[in-house]
Amino acid sequence: MYPDNYRYTKEHEWVHVENGIGTIGITDHAQHELGDIVYVEVPKVGTHVEQGKSFAVVESVKAASEIYAPVSGEIVEANEALTATPELLNSDAHVAGWIAKIKLSVPEEVDRLLSPTDYQAYLGEG
Amino acid sequence: MGAKMVDFGGWDMPVEYTGVIDEHRAVRQRVGLFDVSHMGEIEVRGPQALDLVQHVTVNDASKLKLGQAQYSALLYEPGGFVDDILVHKVADDHYFLCVNASNQDKDYEHIAANNRFDTTVENAGPRYAQLAVQGPLATGVVKKLTASDLDAVKRYHFVDGAVLGSPARIARTGYTGEDGWEIYVAPEHAERLWHEILAAGDDAGILACGLGARNTLRLESAMPLYGHEIHASITPWEAGLDWIVKLDKDDFLGRDALLKQKEQGITRKLIGFEMKGRGIARDGYEIQVSGVGSGWVTSGGVIPGVPAPALNRNIGMCFLPLHLAEPGHAIEVSVRGRGVEAVTIPMPFYKRAR
Repeated sequence: MYPDNYRYTKEHEWVHVENGIGTIGITDHAQHELGDIVYVEVPKVGTHVEQGKSFAVVESVKAASEIYAPVSGEIVEANEALTATPELLNSDAHVAGWIAKIKLSVPEEVDRLLSPTDYQAYLGEG
Repeated sequence: MGAKMVDFGGWDMPVEYTGVIDEHRAVRQRVGLFDVSHMGEIEVRGPQALDLVQHVTVNDASKLKLGQAQYSALLYEPGGFVDDILVHKVADDHYFLCVNASNQDKDYEHIAANNRFDTTVENAGPRYAQLAVQGPLATGVVKKLTASDLDAVKRYHFVDGAVLGSPARIARTGYTGEDGWEIYVAPEHAERLWHEILAAGDDAGILACGLGARNTLRLESAMPLYGHEIHASITPWEAGLDWIVKLDKDDFLGRDALLKQKEQGITRKLIGFEMKGRGIARDGYEIQVSGVGSGWVTSGGVIPGVPAPALNRNIGMCFLPLHLAEPGHAIEVSVRGRGVEAVTIPMPFYKRAR
């Protein structure tokens, strides 16, 4: 369920880092809690985002939720497919439902994120 | 049940079971079951029960026949809403009011404070649970569980009978824009009935529904929600609820203010809108017209398309100055500081085929 090579936040985002580029999204737990997702506001390419700050908005039938960047850096690509098919976040939050790719400015931030085991333990406590 | 729960005015309430979109479609096409036990009930009894109801409500309860229900409202003297309510005539000396959950105590106190009649008022919420069975197949499902002749009960009428042996008030009312039933029972019977209704509706494709679908269904039907379209600073004229106000009956609370506002004319009115740009209008967002703040969103959101896979509709209701509160005006909804294009459209957004 939660890929081994991803890292997670307590705010239910994930990041998958390859060659200094982090692909980020929300976790399967998050999409389940949000319910039917009907709108995603993806960040603009070139925007600088900071760890823990809002970089996207996901709206479900119920409410709007800010999505916080798990790492700092510059947006190099946004998943424009989510504009037409926001439900990708429900059906495939960890792969097809990625939100943006970030060129990491502080790579060591990743070390402080949760491992899949820790994240699932955190979910279990909730 | 696998429901997601939220705190709603002190009640643990299910937001959704299988998902808002599925639940919304089930009610439009088949049938859905809602636990709305949080709704409040107030009993008005006594020789002058009608006089008290007439004094505190805007609609004409004297027109009600036994077993008939009426949408109405409680107003403050200056014309704003205390609440919107359903008035049921149980007997000549007994009226049963269904009120909003979060307003139950306020409504009770308001009515009791204005009770200068030979009448008792009871805050009866704890004695009732309420289950709503809504959708085109609802009648067939409820029929399986009661001996009462439901075909003889018209829309906005009710019958006192039993559901699976439990005494029940079975009312052909609802908050979804569909045909359906609201069943009032003693709380100790509610859980068993919940499961029995789901079982009886299984072959009809019944779904358990939460507050999320209840909201998209009522929004699509443009039914007001207290705290959004109506509240203490909004009058029935402004909310487009002229049809429930009967100025020609005897005096009632708020009547003078309504007469005065009718003479002077209202300055703002509720109107529907549809989003044209990307963004979802939420309660409280500002409306701009030609760059000027002109009103506010009262309710908004994405309404599931029916039948699947029809496109969802991105709509809402808002208050606008009177001259703009008609279909066809270009407006902008301020979504997180960004103006998103929208256009005013008529309400309701959905009307069931009869």
